Amino acid sequence: MLAKRIIPCLDIKDGRTVKGVNFEGLRDAGDPVELARRYSNEGADELVFLDITATKEKRKTLVDLVSKIALEIDIPFTVGGGIGSTDQIAEILHAGADKVSLNSAIVRNPNLINEAAAQFGSQCIVAAVDAKRIDNQWVVFISGGSKNTGKDALEWIQEVEERGAGEILLTSMDQDGTKEGFDLELLQKVNEFTTIPIIASGGAGSKKHCIDAIQKGNADAVLAASIFHFQEIAISDLKQELETAEIPVRKTN
Amino acid sequence: MIAIINYEAGNLASVSNALKRLDEEHIITDKQDELNQADGIIFPGVGHAEPAMKSLQKNELDTWLKQTQKPVLGICLGMQLFFESSEEGDSKGLGVIPGRLKKFDSSKAKVPHMGWNTFDNISDHPIAENLSEKEYFYYVHSFYAPVNDFTVASCHYIEDFSAIVARNNFVGVQFHPEKSGKVGSLLLQNFLQFVN
Repeated sequence: MLAKRIIPCLDIKDGRTVKGVNFEGLRDAGDPVELARRYSNEGADELVFLDITATKEKRKTLVDLVSKIALEIDIPFTVGGGIGSTDQIAEILHAGADKVSLNSAIVRNPNLINEAAAQFGSQCIVAAVDAKRIDNQWVVFISGGSKNTGKDALEWIQEVEERGAGEILLTSMDQDGTKEGFDLELLQKVNEFTTIPIIASGGAGSKKHCIDAIQKGNADAVLAASIFHFQEIAISDLKQELETAEIPVRKTN
Repeated sequence: MIAIINYEAGNLASVSNALKRLDEEHIITDKQDELNQADGIIFPGVGHAEPAMKSLQKNELDTWLKQTQKPVLGICLGMQLFFESSEEGDSKGLGVIPGRLKKFDSSKAKVPHMGWNTFDNISDHPIAENLSEKEYFYYVHSFYAPVNDFTVASCHYIEDFSAIVARNNFVGVQFHPEKSGKVGSLLLQNFLQFVN
């Protein structure tokens, strides 16, 4: 049976992990490769690396890092942050990433999804959507959440799917960082019409939140950062609890 | 020595990295004389069937593959191209295994089938040695090979489909062993066992 996926997210700046990773037993908490290996050993199903430097000069640092990760890690991983052209996508995929996550660039140039899907296949094109509730709708934000595009998030998700995205990384900006749970209503609304997998992001604070995202929100995968980085929840414990809740999970040990 | 077939539809870096982790000597090539030197062939693939076949035809690698007696491991799209034809763009495959690929019905569940899944049934075959129905492998695909006479292991998503197929020297896996953690390397080692 297809398992629900647990995906730790690592923010990368200048080739190093950021946001005060606090992990016991790590020689170098800033080393993305070591952290990735740790998560992989703990049973993470996939990894997401978001490059928050995203300046042109640092592009090479990121590509080098992707090569290193690909050599060490034997589970799928996605790379995102500032990717804006098919050339850049090719660079990241050829370095060994399995998928790229596209965010601001596809809002500015939606055709990039069609081009990338045609060239590399939909399976490696993740559309990242940052949605914020304004009045009675969800609106798409870009540029790290700083710019309101005025686009309706549900319509946008429909559009990226039609254009050939293979997966949606859906972040609720209202819930992100709160640790109060995922935006279940948003997840439900999106799952009413979408036919591609949805990764729920923003708000994970407990195991129960992850269970709710899957059981009530119908998420295919759950992404979180700080609860894993600060070892508040071990991935193996989370999976145990999901299994108790009769959610299919991949057990590695 | 293993040769990874280099064409425009391969996830070559991932397969090469997996072999590096296993300390297995390998080359990535699209040249027939180099393929002729190899003990075993890995035929990876992601993306669409039609451009992939076109890309193979450019160097007559399709002809080479059809006639080779060397062990060949097809991964994902590579495995799918073993079959005769596909609903995908009505393209022709290599035809070393009879059958036609179908597309998952996206009105029944999400497509692609993306993520970790288990086997439903496994029969005895060296490629599946030490693997059980409990193990999870990583899949990403929208088309599938129905269960047929050459199915070694089946998986279920919407339909029962072939997860591992084998006919003579051709072995194909729908999942990505190079991305399937420890059990993935176990499967690759099984393949290397009967190459060496």
